[in-house]
Amino acid sequence: MSEQGDNCSDQLALEQQERREFRSYVWGIGLALLLTLVPFALVHWVGIPRVPLLIVIGAFALVQMLVHFRFFLHIGFKQKREDLQLILFSTLLLTIMVAGTIWIMASLALRMTMPASP
Amino acid sequence: MSIAAVSTGPFLGRLSLDSLPFWQMLQHPTENNIINGCIATGAASMVVIGAIVTIALLTKYRKWGVLWSEWLTSPDHKKIGIMYVVIAFVMLARALIEAALMRGQQAFGLGGGFLSPDHFAQLFSTHGTIMIFFMAMPFLTGIINYVMPMQIGARDVSFPVLNSISLGLTAAGAALVMISLVIGKFSTGGWFGYPPYTEANFSPGVGPDYWIWSLSLASLGSTFTGINFAVTIYKERAPGMKLMRLPMFTWTALCTAILMIFAMPPLTVATAQLALDRYLGFHYFTNALGGNMMHFANLFWLFGHPEVYILILPAFGVYSEVISTFSGKVLYGYRSLVAATMAIGVLSFTVWLHHFFTMGQSANINAVFGIASMLIGIPTGVKIYDWMLTMFRGRVRFTVPMVYSLGFIPLFVLGGMSGILLANPTVDYQVHNTVFLVAHFHNVAVPGVLFGMLAAYHFWFPKAFGFRLNERWGIFSALCWIFGFMLAFFPLYALGIMGLPRRTVAYTEPSYVPLEWVAFLGALLILAALAGLLVQLWVSIKHRDENRVFAGDPWDGRSLEWSMSAPPPEYNFAVIPVVRGRDAFTMAKEEGVAFQPPDAYENIELPQNSAMGPVIAAIGFALAFGLVWHIWWMVILFFVAAVATMIVRGFARDTTRIVTAGEVRQEHRRWLGAVAAATAISRAQEREPANAGLAVHESDGVVP
Amino acid sequence: MSQEVMKHPGLNLGPTHGKDNEAAERMMFGFWVFMMSDAILFGMVFATYVTSIHATAGGPGPHDLYDIKSAFIETMLLLTSSFAFGMASLALKYKHSKTRLIGWLAVTLVLGVSFLGFELHDLITMFAKGGVPTRSGYLSAFFDLVPLHGLHVTAACIWLVCLAGQIARYGLDTKTKLGIMRLALFWHFLDIVWIAIFSVVYLAGLT
Repeated sequence: MSEQGDNCSDQLALEQQERREFRSYVWGIGLALLLTLVPFALVHWVGIPRVPLLIVIGAFALVQMLVHFRFFLHIGFKQKREDLQLILFSTLLLTIMVAGTIWIMASLALRMTMPASP
Repeated sequence: MSIAAVSTGPFLGRLSLDSLPFWQMLQHPTENNIINGCIATGAASMVVIGAIVTIALLTKYRKWGVLWSEWLTSPDHKKIGIMYVVIAFVMLARALIEAALMRGQQAFGLGGGFLSPDHFAQLFSTHGTIMIFFMAMPFLTGIINYVMPMQIGARDVSFPVLNSISLGLTAAGAALVMISLVIGKFSTGGWFGYPPYTEANFSPGVGPDYWIWSLSLASLGSTFTGINFAVTIYKERAPGMKLMRLPMFTWTALCTAILMIFAMPPLTVATAQLALDRYLGFHYFTNALGGNMMHFANLFWLFGHPEVYILILPAFGVYSEVISTFSGKVLYGYRSLVAATMAIGVLSFTVWLHHFFTMGQSANINAVFGIASMLIGIPTGVKIYDWMLTMFRGRVRFTVPMVYSLGFIPLFVLGGMSGILLANPTVDYQVHNTVFLVAHFHNVAVPGVLFGMLAAYHFWFPKAFGFRLNERWGIFSALCWIFGFMLAFFPLYALGIMGLPRRTVAYTEPSYVPLEWVAFLGALLILAALAGLLVQLWVSIKHRDENRVFAGDPWDGRSLEWSMSAPPPEYNFAVIPVVRGRDAFTMAKEEGVAFQPPDAYENIELPQNSAMGPVIAAIGFALAFGLVWHIWWMVILFFVAAVATMIVRGFARDTTRIVTAGEVRQEHRRWLGAVAAATAISRAQEREPANAGLAVHESDGVVP
Repeated sequence: MSQEVMKHPGLNLGPTHGKDNEAAERMMFGFWVFMMSDAILFGMVFATYVTSIHATAGGPGPHDLYDIKSAFIETMLLLTSSFAFGMASLALKYKHSKTRLIGWLAVTLVLGVSFLGFELHDLITMFAKGGVPTRSGYLSAFFDLVPLHGLHVTAACIWLVCLAGQIARYGLDTKTKLGIMRLALFWHFLDIVWIAIFSVVYLAGLT
């Protein structure tokens, strides 16, 4: 008799968990939609000066990536240590490599541009 | 302008008689053409004869079945490791001959020499490409493959079939480089193939394409290897094997794996973009229409610098193991060594610009990268002190691995110091692209990487094959390497400052000649060293029965790989050990629990053999060959085959097999019986035939 | 019920899946590491693009070639496909009917293929306007980045079809489940890369 009761409560817990995870996906797509619509709208309809607009686009993109990580990929702080280390390390390297490349190529563009040729 | 339009026909692409090494010589028999043609044909013949002899021997002794079922399709990390090292030795032999040819050319190079500039350019390109991608990488991959899973108490790597595929891809790349000796020519653009020289309009031939595709195959293999090693070390460790209890070699293997994972992508992008430029007329690196050659340099060195740390870190790990074992002392400063390794790993991604200080970016950028390059010398210095302090007050035995390590320490420090000199942009401007640079990187690569790999080969050979290598020939070879290296490369420091540029086929300055001759002598001594290694192997195999070490611990080892028979059983451990500290095997020996039979044996699940490795190797080779020679039907066919193979593999289900508890018990008891029957020998006798693989354990530094 | 430590990124099967849950840890971690190396690959192609934007060599530039409406539609298609795969993942984890799982996978596939269709149409339109990769360094860089992502999506779609085949042949055994979980990771990863593409390429290009 108690076994049946356990099964019932297990079943209930499972259903609750599923609802929670379902809601995670709903939140995810909701936030992502919002974070997509705003920059698209700004670019298409609103006339904001270029540099601030670029910063806004970049910020919204980064936040949306985090939304995907959290709500679709279920990556949070309850992760195994190596998973978090991997993401942080990858982010660090990506930043160094991309920022370094842009810094170097910009300097070269400034100092080494040849006169325009077709 | 793309070269896709040029072809000799739909079936053979741009293959023609002109692709044969002797054709030019026959068409235009000038003296120079004949000399170069003969050398080229000689080299091609060696490849062809080597292949024929191998096939003949395999057929004569009926070993095809064994080759296929025991080796090529094996998912066993030990077999895969051995095959990697075999590739490395074959490619080492070729690249050393090329080096000797180049040194010979430069010895006679005042006003001309005997090699044509084109031939010389191919030689330095293949020498560099082979040494880095097809000698050093396979060597270290093989050693890590063999040793690391045993050191962490695992039965295999996380993804055994992927391991086999990685080997196949590397072998395919090596085969492509070898075939370039027979058909067509290799790139003349050096091992890093800078555009615009390697673009289609300046190098329309097959050379750069050989380079691009052999690198692509090898780097894909290395990416998968890096993933495999990293996941293995994180997920397959035995119970109790915490990260801070890992042997130092495994720590460096972890760091190397991480570097492989993150450093290969920039190379993939650079070579892919160069291929798009050459094949489809894109403009990534061209001179005109918005291309920018500096993109290539930047991308390549984003790969290239971490790559050299991929090469050296495993060697550092080997030295840690060898020095502590043959000093009979625990490794000094374990924590500092771990921290230094991690620091080197991260910093290696912050210094890449020092490979192109002179290419036009601002002094500020140069300064930042210069300082970072100097900083990276600090953790390496920490390691050197740790190794010296390990030897201090230990009982050092001058075995072959130790001789290599002792040669390594002073020579590598010199090489590192020349690196610190070069890290200063103002100095680099003076010596960039001279042979001073060539001296520096050989000074760190040869005593660093190569000596480490040779030390590893001698150290773990008895474990892998069950008998020791001949000591005399080993010492002979090591001494030839040490003195040969010094003679071959120290003159280059002076020559560089005297103004000799790198990659120069000939020169007009007579004062170079004596130094060039000393360097040539060094090259000959190195060839003697290579010969010594081959003789050593021959002699060792001949006398293997007298030198068997089946009990498995010939050197009084400290880590878990020594706690098994030599060679180990397929599944490594009969029972997965529980680890309670660093130097796990030493701990077990000191507590008297090293050779205990377990209470019970269990069935062991192992992966089944898989043809994926050799199949991917064949497809990879054919795809690359088709791409090089513009044989488009071949490209399409084998691309489809590659996709189909992956899909079919996805449907594979029955991929494991069982080794029964009974079999495990039998093998284990056999080994324990051998241990009981063996006489334990002291350190003084470890190089004699009396060494059956059982050591009298000495507490650190104490003589029994 | 307390949330235990997640064994790996992505949706964890949880203890109700027994030994499949154990097997997932190494496989998913390994695949995640592979995704990180792919991320670096994309990062380098992005860096090439960003540093090549001005290399138009007198040819057409972003304002001449990009269509914001099309980019928006593609974004919506990919985003909803990610949601659809999430629903498929839930169907897998909570052991709903195979029909439900395959249904959601089919929705994902349709959305993914539609994305590819729109993208192909975009590229052909660009060709017609002279936006060919052989025209300039900027265009070469564009044609490395966007079609690279498109090729990844194509591979993901093919993989999805293969997995459907595996479900049909073997049912939901361990290997099939792990395949679906890896594809889920891959699919979400591709959507994340697309966020970067529509921001850095299309939106930034059209400001």
